[in-house]
Amino acid sequence: MSALTATPKLIVTDRAGVERTIEGEDSLSVMEIIRNAGAEEPFALCGGSCSCSTCHVYVDPAFFEGLAPIAADESDVLDGSGYRRETSRLSCQVVFHNALSGLKVKIAPAD
Amino acid sequence: MLNRNFDVLIVGGGQGGAQAAIALRQNGFGGTVAIVSEEHDLPYERPPLTKDYLSGAKSFERILIRPATFWQDKNIATLLGSRVISIDPQAHVAALSDHSPLFYRTLIWAAGGAPRRLACTGNDFAGVHSVRTRADVDQLMSELNHASRVVVIGGGYIGLEAAAVLTTLGKRVTLLEAAPRVLARVAGEPLSRFYEKEHQARGVDLHVGASVVCIEGRDGAACGVRLVDGQVIDCEMVIVGIGIAPAVGPLLAAGAAGSDGVDVDENCRTSLPDVLAVGDCAAHVSAFAGGRRIRLESVQNANDQAMVAAKSIVGAPQPYDAVPRFWSNQYDLRLQTVGLSAGHDAMVVRGDMASRSFSVVYLKNGRVLALDCVNAARDYMQGRALVAARAAVPPDHLADTSRPLKELAVEAAI
Repeated sequence: MSALTATPKLIVTDRAGVERTIEGEDSLSVMEIIRNAGAEEPFALCGGSCSCSTCHVYVDPAFFEGLAPIAADESDVLDGSGYRRETSRLSCQVVFHNALSGLKVKIAPAD
Repeated sequence: MLNRNFDVLIVGGGQGGAQAAIALRQNGFGGTVAIVSEEHDLPYERPPLTKDYLSGAKSFERILIRPATFWQDKNIATLLGSRVISIDPQAHVAALSDHSPLFYRTLIWAAGGAPRRLACTGNDFAGVHSVRTRADVDQLMSELNHASRVVVIGGGYIGLEAAAVLTTLGKRVTLLEAAPRVLARVAGEPLSRFYEKEHQARGVDLHVGASVVCIEGRDGAACGVRLVDGQVIDCEMVIVGIGIAPAVGPLLAAGAAGSDGVDVDENCRTSLPDVLAVGDCAAHVSAFAGGRRIRLESVQNANDQAMVAAKSIVGAPQPYDAVPRFWSNQYDLRLQTVGLSAGHDAMVVRGDMASRSFSVVYLKNGRVLALDCVNAARDYMQGRALVAARAAVPPDHLADTSRPLKELAVEAAI
């Protein structure tokens, strides 16, 4: 398989610290990709409407700058988390595309 | 052969039922678990039914709570298309509609509710829809090509959300609300008037104080809605969003305490042995409602009660005390509510409503009960601490948008 047709990957570390490599899917949110891979924890409880922080992830710094910028409402919701860091994002607001293959995220602790 | 014995049997495959199963496994529960659902679909999110699913923006697969493989991997049986019609709490048996028994150690009742139907004639005509399940919405969508005029009966969140999507899809929408304003049951007048204007500006023909006499039909299909003033609004489709009736018949028949819903304690236990209940049908005493027993029809309540029930079953009880939260998207407006405004004696509008980003703060005896935040996620997030503490905050401080709510929370010494 050539690099161009290889399945894009997303590398996720869950709250227990277990790292998994899962298949990415173009145009879905990172939240949906993680959920579709079978998140075991309470995750994305608001269904991706930027209204809770249960899909909060830390993005690997190597990828953080390459993501679409954070919107004010997403930032406001993250401010409500006690675990916000510099590379925090709500994964429901980050759209995955094939160029992001290899994206690494870690699910943040639940508030 | 189908296993008929489960350590935990969950009745209802909505948000509460699904989350209860997920939470049981996450908390290390190793026993057998089954979800029995009247619907033929795996657990999915209901809110998008009147938003992204109805608009076509999201496929059904995208609103599943978990993919099909998840339930298999977690050894959670899903018995779809099956309805529990009675339970025998002493024998720990639930009977399905074909009278076959399911045996349980613990039962979690998460059956939600059935949409209320109009009581008038014509309520069963073709083209009259409720919007509670995927099947409801698929049927509605299959008829949309042949409908250019839609009457929505009910100006609550479901009706308003449906009206917003259908208007955006180019339908001529008339919305009928029996009360003097939309959202009368859940929000203050400023918010009601704001949403009325937004819908009218998009072309919705909105009637408040409108009493429906009957649905008019032709050849068994709805063709209009007759109002008490004699007016008939012609249409090809009617959507009824007038609330739900909690689905608790089998529990009450078995002797469970309850009337509007089934009564539960702070650990989601009903008065029946080894029977818990969560979600829309669970009537619980809420500190956020001044200690009254209430039901909450929301995703947050279903999720959080499901986690309480799971904790209770694994022997690590954690009483339910989550701050009520609620979300509704209409057009480009994101409403986020924290707390319960019922019973308020004062309101403060925070921000300029004309800017379409503002909050309404509800108070009782000078203490913050709730906030309705429109395109104002910051107030929604920061207001939660004020609601949780029932903080006493001077109204003029709340109205001052230059002062973040978290600053006011600090001043109120939370």
